[in-house]
Amino acid sequence: MNLAAAFFYLFSAIMIASAFIVIVARNPVHSVLFLILAFVNAAGLFMIAGAEFLAMILIVVYVGAVAVLFLFVVMMLDVDFAELKEGFLQYLPIGSLIGIGVLIELVLIVGAWVVAPSSPGASPTAVAPDLSNTAALGQILYTKYFYLFQAAGLVLLTAMIGAIVLTLRHKPDVKRQDIAEQNARTPTEVTMRKVPSRAGLQG
Amino acid sequence: MPVGLTQYLVVAAILFTIGIAGIILNRKNIIVILMSVELILLSVNINFVAFSAYHSDLTGQVFALFVLTVAAAEAAIGLAVLVTYYRNRGSIAVEDINAMKG
Repeated sequence: MNLAAAFFYLFSAIMIASAFIVIVARNPVHSVLFLILAFVNAAGLFMIAGAEFLAMILIVVYVGAVAVLFLFVVMMLDVDFAELKEGFLQYLPIGSLIGIGVLIELVLIVGAWVVAPSSPGASPTAVAPDLSNTAALGQILYTKYFYLFQAAGLVLLTAMIGAIVLTLRHKPDVKRQDIAEQNARTPTEVTMRKVPSRAGLQG
Repeated sequence: MPVGLTQYLVVAAILFTIGIAGIILNRKNIIVILMSVELILLSVNINFVAFSAYHSDLTGQVFALFVLTVAAAEAAIGLAVLVTYYRNRGSIAVEDINAMKG
């Protein structure tokens, strides 16, 4: 067994074990932390498969942004998570049943599929041998898939605007700047006072 | 046993199954449901990357990039909805979310 295979099995084992802990952990903070561990190991799997750029993106975007977002939300909400965990044993039989069923179906598919004979020859964007993974990915992402790339940017823009609109709120008793009112104010409405140093404004 | 496409597909299938089981087991806790959806999308990405390496075709990696984009947007919107819901109702139990039932 060579080194790459050894690391593949190591990363896979840790990823699957931590994914399992994500769904059974009592404390959702532990779930988020093991989700981060699963993502890091998936980045290792991507690295072994030769997708270095995606591995780095997975660490930056998922571990750096999404998982931390989860962590913030879990810690921000004051929820009794033990109460939410109550139905776990009740759903265990049906959950394991459906899980095992899905797994059997997937394993049957993995064991039986074949590549269509026309498919490998139709490979439209072959990997350039003299380019790094990031450069090759950029060369097709900014040319062939440019419109899809723009559409992905629009998806992110929509998500950003949606998240801001959903969570923004104006409290009634917080003073806010009103630029139009400030500009329309005449000098007669304003009184200028000389404030002595280290004394403050009295009255 | 050398690492080929089959090993990647089996790992992704196991991860997908864990995600499905997580959605069913944690039916009351919407945060863990969102995390399970992230696990499912991760398994899809592993499949894309494995096939991309197998066929020496970069399209799979480009598509995995788009899946990652959508997953990040989904997590952001989902958590924003969750925070707004908690602010209005003081609870995030899934069974309490029934204001729109017919």
